[in-house]
This record gives sequence, C-alpha cells and structure tokens, in this order.
Amino acid sequence: MTGNDAILRMQDIIKDFNGVRALDQVTLEVSRGEVHAICGENGAGKSTLMKVLSGVYPHGTYSGTIEFDGAEATFSDIKSSEAAGIVIIHQELALNPLQSIAENIFLGNERATRGVIDWDRTALEASVLLEKVGLQENPATRVFELGVGKQQLVEIAKAMAKDVSLLILDEPTAALNDEDSDHLLDLISGMRDHGITCILISHKLREVRRIADRVTVIRDGRTIETIDMSEPSATEGRIIKAMVGRELNNLFPVHETVIGEERFRVEDWTVHHPVDTGRVVVDHATFSVRAGEIVGFAGLMGAGRTELAMSVFGRLWGTNVSGHVFKDGVEISTSTVDEAVANGIAYVTEDRKRYGLNLIGSISSNISAVALAKFARWGVIDRNREYLTADEYRLSMNIKTPSISEVVGRLSGGNQQKVVLSKWLVSGPDVLILDEPTRGIDVGAKYEIYTLINELADQGKAIVFISSELPELIGMCDRIYTISEGAVTGDVPRAEVTPEHLMYLMTMGKEALR
Amino acid sequence: MSTTSTTEPSPVATAPSRRLAVDFRQYGILAALVIIIVLFEIFTGGRLLMPGNVNNLIQQNAYVLILAIGMVMVIIAGHIDLSVGSVVAMVGAVAGLAMGQWGLPWWLGCLLALLVGALVGAWQGFWVAYIGVPAFIVTLAGMLFFRGLTLVLLTGGTIGGLPAPFVAIGAGWLPGILGTIGRTDVLTMVLGLVACALLVFFQARARANRRRLDLPIEGAVSFWLKLVIAVLATLGVCWQLANYSGTPIVLVILAVLVLAYNFVLNRSVFGRHVYAMGGNLFAAVMSGVKTRRVNFALFVNIGMLAAVAGLVSTARAGSAVASAGQNYELDAIAAVFIGGAAVQGGVGTVTGAMIGGLVMGVLNMGLSILSVDAAWQMAIKGLVLLLAVAFDLINKRRGGR
Repeated sequence: MTGNDAILRMQDIIKDFNGVRALDQVTLEVSRGEVHAICGENGAGKSTLMKVLSGVYPHGTYSGTIEFDGAEATFSDIKSSEAAGIVIIHQELALNPLQSIAENIFLGNERATRGVIDWDRTALEASVLLEKVGLQENPATRVFELGVGKQQLVEIAKAMAKDVSLLILDEPTAALNDEDSDHLLDLISGMRDHGITCILISHKLREVRRIADRVTVIRDGRTIETIDMSEPSATEGRIIKAMVGRELNNLFPVHETVIGEERFRVEDWTVHHPVDTGRVVVDHATFSVRAGEIVGFAGLMGAGRTELAMSVFGRLWGTNVSGHVFKDGVEISTSTVDEAVANGIAYVTEDRKRYGLNLIGSISSNISAVALAKFARWGVIDRNREYLTADEYRLSMNIKTPSISEVVGRLSGGNQQKVVLSKWLVSGPDVLILDEPTRGIDVGAKYEIYTLINELADQGKAIVFISSELPELIGMCDRIYTISEGAVTGDVPRAEVTPEHLMYLMTMGKEALR
Repeated sequence: MSTTSTTEPSPVATAPSRRLAVDFRQYGILAALVIIIVLFEIFTGGRLLMPGNVNNLIQQNAYVLILAIGMVMVIIAGHIDLSVGSVVAMVGAVAGLAMGQWGLPWWLGCLLALLVGALVGAWQGFWVAYIGVPAFIVTLAGMLFFRGLTLVLLTGGTIGGLPAPFVAIGAGWLPGILGTIGRTDVLTMVLGLVACALLVFFQARARANRRRLDLPIEGAVSFWLKLVIAVLATLGVCWQLANYSGTPIVLVILAVLVLAYNFVLNRSVFGRHVYAMGGNLFAAVMSGVKTRRVNFALFVNIGMLAAVAGLVSTARAGSAVASAGQNYELDAIAAVFIGGAAVQGGVGTVTGAMIGGLVMGVLNMGLSILSVDAAWQMAIKGLVLLLAVAFDLINKRRGGR
C-alpha cells in the first residue's frame, strides 16, 4: 500500500506546552482504507498528536498543516472534526452506563424531529449499527449490563452513526480479555469494507503486526519512520528499535551502590479488577528488593504496575488479592495502610494531586499527615514541633516556598512532589515504593529527586521505582523488572539492560511466559 | 544542589518570611459583622447595643451557635446534617417528659437528653460511616424520623412547668454573688477581666514560645492591636451584660464549648484528620486516616451538641413543644457558610461559624427593632447568605485557586 491516495496528511506539526516542545515537526500520512498504527513509548507524543488532529487543541495553537480528505483542515473543536468525519475513541470509554445502548449511540446526535426523539427510528438504526459491529444485544439494554469489550463495540457503533471516515482508536484492547480483543481486532481490519480508515494507537506489537498495514513510530515528539508491514524487514524488533533508539545522556547523578540483604519480597501476588472481578490485573507477580537497592518496574500503560503497588500497600486497589509479603525474611501483613506503614513501607502515589496531597492544606500539615502520631501526645498535636520538622524537610528537600504555612496547591509540581516525599520520609520507612516520582516536573527538580533517591538507597532503604520513562529507569536502577499484562516478564540486572531488551520484555504479553 | 532549575515557577522568595501572613478571609467576615453592627446601631438610633438587647442577642442565638459548632465540623469533613432541628425537638420532648412527667431531677433529665443525642448521632453515624449512605440522605431521613418521634412522644401536647434550675439554663443568669456597684453586676465584670487576662497570658506565652523556637511570629503591632481590640470587645459586652441581669448561664456553656472545640479542631489529631478528609479524602485514606471512625465520631458529636441545643432552647421556652427546632438546621448551616466554610469541605473554623451565627443574629435583632416584617427578614437573610458565599468565592478566584 502506498500513500498515493492519502486521506490524511499532517505536516510539520509543532506543539509547545509552556515552552516544552511536545511535538516537533511531526509528519503523518494515512492512506484511504488502511489500518495505520502509531507506536511510541509513554509520553512520546501520540496522544498529543491525536488531540491536534481532532481539534482538542484547536487550529492556531499548533503550527504545521493538516490536510484531510483533500482539503486543509482547521478544526476549532471536537465537534468540527467530527463533522468532517474524524472520531476518536479514547481508552476511557465515554458512555453513560445508565442509558441504553441506543441512547448512547445517538447521544448528541439524536434521531429527532423538532426536538422530539423518534424512538422507533432510534431503535431501528441502532440495531443496524449493532449488526455492523457484530454485537448481538438489544438496543434497549442499558450499557452497565455489558462487559468492557461490548462497550467498546458500542463506542464504535456510536462513531459509525456519525458517518465516520477516519476512526482513531486509542489503546482499544487495553482493558479487554483475549476473546474480546480478537473480535475487536477483526472488526478493525474489516473497517475498510465500510469505507472507514483506522488509526490504531497500541502498545501491543503483536496486535500491530496482526492488523496494521503501516506503522508510524514516534519518539520524543518526532516522527522516526513509517514502516510498511508488508515488507520483510518489518519486524517487531525494528519497531522496538525505532521506539527506544535514543542516546542516553548523563542526566543522572553518579551513584555507587552498596547492596545488602533482602529487605522486601512479594510472592505470587495476584489481584483482580475491583469491578470486572473476573479480570486478572496482576498475575502471580513475584519480586524482591534488597537493602540499598533501587529496583525499577518497567511496563507500558495499563501493564498493572500501579495496581500491583496499590494492592500491596494496604489493599488500596483490587479484589480477590492473594499472595505473600515478606520484610527482612519474615512474612508480614499489609492489608491496611496502617499495617503497611507500621511495617515500614511507604507508597508515594502516582497522581500526587488526586491521591497524595491535601492541596488546600498547608505544607506542614501535609508533611505531618502520615506520621501525625509522632507529633502528638494524648491526641494533642505539638504544632511547634510539627512546624520545626516540616521546616527541616523544607531545607533538606529544598522545597521552594515563602513559608511552610503556604497552601500546597500554590507550589509547582516539583515542589509538590518533594512535599509528598517528605510526608512519607517522616514515617521513617525501610521500603519506599515510588510510583512515577518525576512525572510532570521539570528537569532541575527531577535531578534533585534522583539525587534524593540515591541518598535514601545509601541509607539502606529498599527502593521500588515505578516509571514510564525507560531512560530514567536505566539511568537510576540497579535492576529492572518488566511487567506485561500484569505478569512479571523479566528481571534484568543493570549490566544487561538495553532499551531494546526491556521493550521486548514489556511488549511480550503473558502468554509468552506459559 | 546546584542544578536547581530556573524554569520552576517558584513563589517569590526562597527564604521563608519570618512573619505569618494575615488571614484576610477570616477577618473579612469579622469586618462584615462589625459593619452590620455599626449600621444597625446607627439605623436603630443606638438601640441595638442596649444592655437588654446584647443579653437577648446571646440568649436568643445560643442554640444556632451551639449547633454551628457541630455543623462546621461535619461540613469540613464534606458532609451535612439536616436533622439537627428535629433532634433539638426530640431531645426537648425527652427532657420535658423526664422532668415534667416522670419526675426525674433536672440534672438527670439533662444527662438523659445528652444520651439520647449521642444515640441519635450513633444511629446516623452508623449509616454514613459504615454503610456509606450519603449524609444528606441519612440526615434528611433523620429530619423526618425524629420529628415523627417527637410528635409521638408529645401526643399529650405541650409539657410545661419544668423545674426552675432547668429553665435557668436557657433563660437565667449566674447569681450575683459578688453584689452590685450601682446597678452593675460585679461577678460579670470579674469574669470578663479574668477571661481577658487569660487570653492575653496564653497568647503572649504561645508567642514567646514560638520566638524561642525561632518560628515565624506575627508582627508585634498587629499582635497587640488584635489583643487590645479583643479585650475591649469582651469588656464592652460584659459591661452591657453587667448592667442588665448579669452573665447568662448559656453564655458560660457556649464559651466552654467554643474554647473546647477550637482546641479540638486546631490542636488534636482528630481535628487534623477532619480537615485532611475534607481536603482530599483519597489522600487521607492513603495516609492511614481511619475515615470511618472519624465520620462516626463526627455524627455522635453533632448529635450530642444538638442535644445541648435542645436543652438550651427548651429551657428558654420553658416547655417542650413538638414544633420546636423548626428550621434550626438551616440557620446553623447558613452560619457555617457565612463563616467562610467551603461547600466542598476541607475549610472552616469554629470562630468563623460563631461570627457567621452572630451576623444572622444581629440581622434578626436589628431588623426586628426596626420592625421590619418577618417575611422580609427571611428574604433578607437569604440574600445575605447568597452574597456572603458568592463574595467568598470571587475573592478566592481572584487570589488564584
């Protein structure tokens, strides 16, 4: 397949966020009727590119040109891109679970005359669309009664109701089981019969190889190459190489590791999804960390790293959790946050604003939140001591603020992260689980956090470092576990780490283990 | 670390200032109260602050202020309690029955009433904390349920003839054991002076402590100015009371509760957990706060405070009636929000709620003295609530998040 009859040409797209370049002269060409996959690491710029295309970032907020269906496109919002025939289906489905399938399909696009809905027409057209996507359900069924796989099909039917000519699917199989995935992939490959071109964003290279006609790889906001999958040289290895092939620069502090005895071990850890209870999200995971060791957890979005961490730490996520946790060789219970903290475990959450901080509280009240009992006698807080401790952390962590009484919401991302770290360090943990500790913070603050992590390891603490940025893991960790589809697929010591090898293990899927 | 970035949008200074920022929001409400008092003092030709009116202001509004203490805590934690008005009525009914018909001594009747309040709170707290029913629903149900029980308890009609010591709680004064000078009650003035001395002593000691630990302290001028204003206001109120009938007993109860709950919210682990839950429930859970226990305790607490309010208002009325406590929940909620609490939770103070309650009380009294129609009084109070919260929101938005 060639680009002769292109439905979409995006040329030299540049998009900046507050001086940070997210997209740097990205070029993407999609042929009519093909399935075009876009691959790249987390944060490579795939989602940003799709938001530019669909008008989430309106014309004028980026530079470069978009040519769609032979004409220049200047979308001002999602509505205008949808009117042109471009529909995005996001990873988080946007259906109203309490309304029926038919109501969802025509939401905002109702089959109505003068504001009065024609229910017969709605039901009739809905069943035609359901047949097209191969979903055998009554259009009157409410969406919450369907599994995620079927909901995904309703989303596609909804897109088809809008006369879509270019359908963008963002990680469509991330939440699906194998059977539903297969059905969905078949449906996507058959889309051209309905005159629909598909862009597929996926982390799963097996899927990409199965249904994509061409693949465009994006890395660090740049187009690396577009690979025609019918060529013999189009292997998974080539895609991986394009995804990760960057030079490592010395953005990481030099660190001499002294590794001691095993501090922390999790054995045979299995977790099910809290709502979709049949789905295994963490699958018999086993890992260990030694004193002074920094152990990385690499995995693509949706691999189950956060779910693993949050289920170990006080069972904050998931149901039907099973497995064993050991600290210093002794089995411990971590089934409540209190127990986990009492056993010297700290978990620095991924989303600091949502889970980590009281943004309307002061810096000092946030820092003392976990270990409040340390500052209290008979339930009464010694606020002076609390203040002094918080101020010590302000100095040692270099939290930039006019006052420790300042509200945390006013701090920059990097300083907020230092507050979260301080709050957990006050509890005096031996094991620190850091979930994306450098997400959304600038380079200078990142370096400070890296240095701090090294210092903590030097104090003999065991560090679990979860990150979506491979270079960061490679630069910081003594050992890296790879996670794919909830299973631990690799345990790679520093000496053997290469980005290609990690990416191979991260995309292999758990079937390969069996 | 030398690599600190320059792109960081860090607030002005790196070194923390040695002075505490003044909380203008809190003072905004206080300023509003002062303005309202001054305005009505002018409009009423000086009648607003006459001794009898100052006394009535306290005795008439004690119930709102007591309820607002419990309500502000519930609201900080992100809940609401719509049932307090009905609980006031039911507790009044129980107290009335106990003293008027079962012949219990007045103090035992009061204890029984407090116990009923605690049980009511435990009942509602159970549904909110352990079953997870939203407090709005639980307490809306409680509003109907307890009003119904009150009607059942008082099928015989109003219970009057309550013992004198009990009635004194709501409508009496401390005995003037120190005599009078002219018409002025000496005990009231002594109590006022003692309160002022303690205030100055504790504030100065805390300040000295912070200075010793090299913690930031408020500037000397603003610190002493505030103290002087507080002392003058206290003595002014005491003077008017002393020239009427002395110290209302309910004022003593209120003062103890305000001091105690200020302490609980500001200084105790429990209080800190309440703020943490309201600020970010997820973060509180992940920090190991036992949110269920805190929620349960909050409702038991407001149940007991509603019982105190019930005793006070029954005592003041001198009889238990089924229609007691009508709309009290709305008065208390309005006081809390006028006092600067946030609808989303996480923000609010006992002091603010007291000021909010006084704003409503002064409006009531001022408008009554001006013989404004009761219908218009209600309408005006509604507008004041709306404007106070809107003003607060606009202020916050301008202040940046």
